[in-house]
Amino acid sequence: MDVKITEPTTPFPGSVHETPGGGIVLSALDDVINWARSNSLWPLVFGTSCCAIEMMSVAAAKYDFSRFGFEVFRASPRQADVIIISGTIVNKMAPVLKRLYDQMPEPKYVIAMGACATSGGPFFYNTYSVVKGADHIIPVDVYVAGCPPRPEALLHALISLQEKIKSGMTREQIKSTLAEDGK
Amino acid sequence: MENDALLNSLQTSFPDAACAIGSDWPEIDIDGSDLLTLIQKLRYDEQWTFDYLFCETCVDWKTHFTMVYHLSSTKHRHSVVLKAKLDHDKPQIESLVGFYKTADMLEREVYDLMGIEFLNHPDLRRLLLTEDWVGYPLRKDYEDPINMIRL
Repeated sequence: MDVKITEPTTPFPGSVHETPGGGIVLSALDDVINWARSNSLWPLVFGTSCCAIEMMSVAAAKYDFSRFGFEVFRASPRQADVIIISGTIVNKMAPVLKRLYDQMPEPKYVIAMGACATSGGPFFYNTYSVVKGADHIIPVDVYVAGCPPRPEALLHALISLQEKIKSGMTREQIKSTLAEDGK
Repeated sequence: MENDALLNSLQTSFPDAACAIGSDWPEIDIDGSDLLTLIQKLRYDEQWTFDYLFCETCVDWKTHFTMVYHLSSTKHRHSVVLKAKLDHDKPQIESLVGFYKTADMLEREVYDLMGIEFLNHPDLRRLLLTEDWVGYPLRKDYEDPINMIRL
């Protein structure tokens, strides 16, 4: 059986110069730190509804986000790097979400998965209990559309987050760059 | 008992009540004031033994409320639905806590979201919403200008 070895999606940021008796690595420290960070992002066990089922499926064998360094769900916010808001956030849950986010160590990232976490989704109109978008409570890095999103969509969001981290820019810097490009 | 046999026995025993086969089970339209005497028979009469209240809900029809009780028998494996019409301005009905312990939580939920007053309920206070909540959010005429965006 042929085994194909594919190139890693994120090669080491820098160059290696072979010399007799060893090699020299040339890189920038920031790039190495961001590269390391982006390839070891541990999500928090947090799910409030049906999106969480899709998220579990992404963690399970078929989609397996360990391949990209998301590895293991952490049950404690103190060990987590990223929180995937998978599901509806109601007014009663909002302070809990805020507290979990505050307990996560820096640097921390947030993915709003699905319509509810993005805008309240199907609960935008005529409801007394739902927060209309998780970004009313905590800052969000990546939004995923869908109700619920396909596992591939969440994988894409996770990889987008990695690229965002590797770019080394803050939200504000990314926004101003996009504004300069006229987007 | 099968649905048809159950319906027959109910009609024979309660000739005043309107009985019919609903979508799944026999349904009895009752008057709210008859609830306790009816439940007493349904719960303890050997031929029915409705010992399990598996659902207790309320419907807001704008002109009136309807309390809906789903009863089941773990002995005979049959089910029945009771429906009681309530006044919209002052919705009151007797509590079933004396017959079914589970009615405690179910009635607190209905009270919380629909504002039905259950007479002789031992602990009638809000279940899901905060204690200081004003109004009953599952009523059709509920307005909340802060949280609600009207379509």
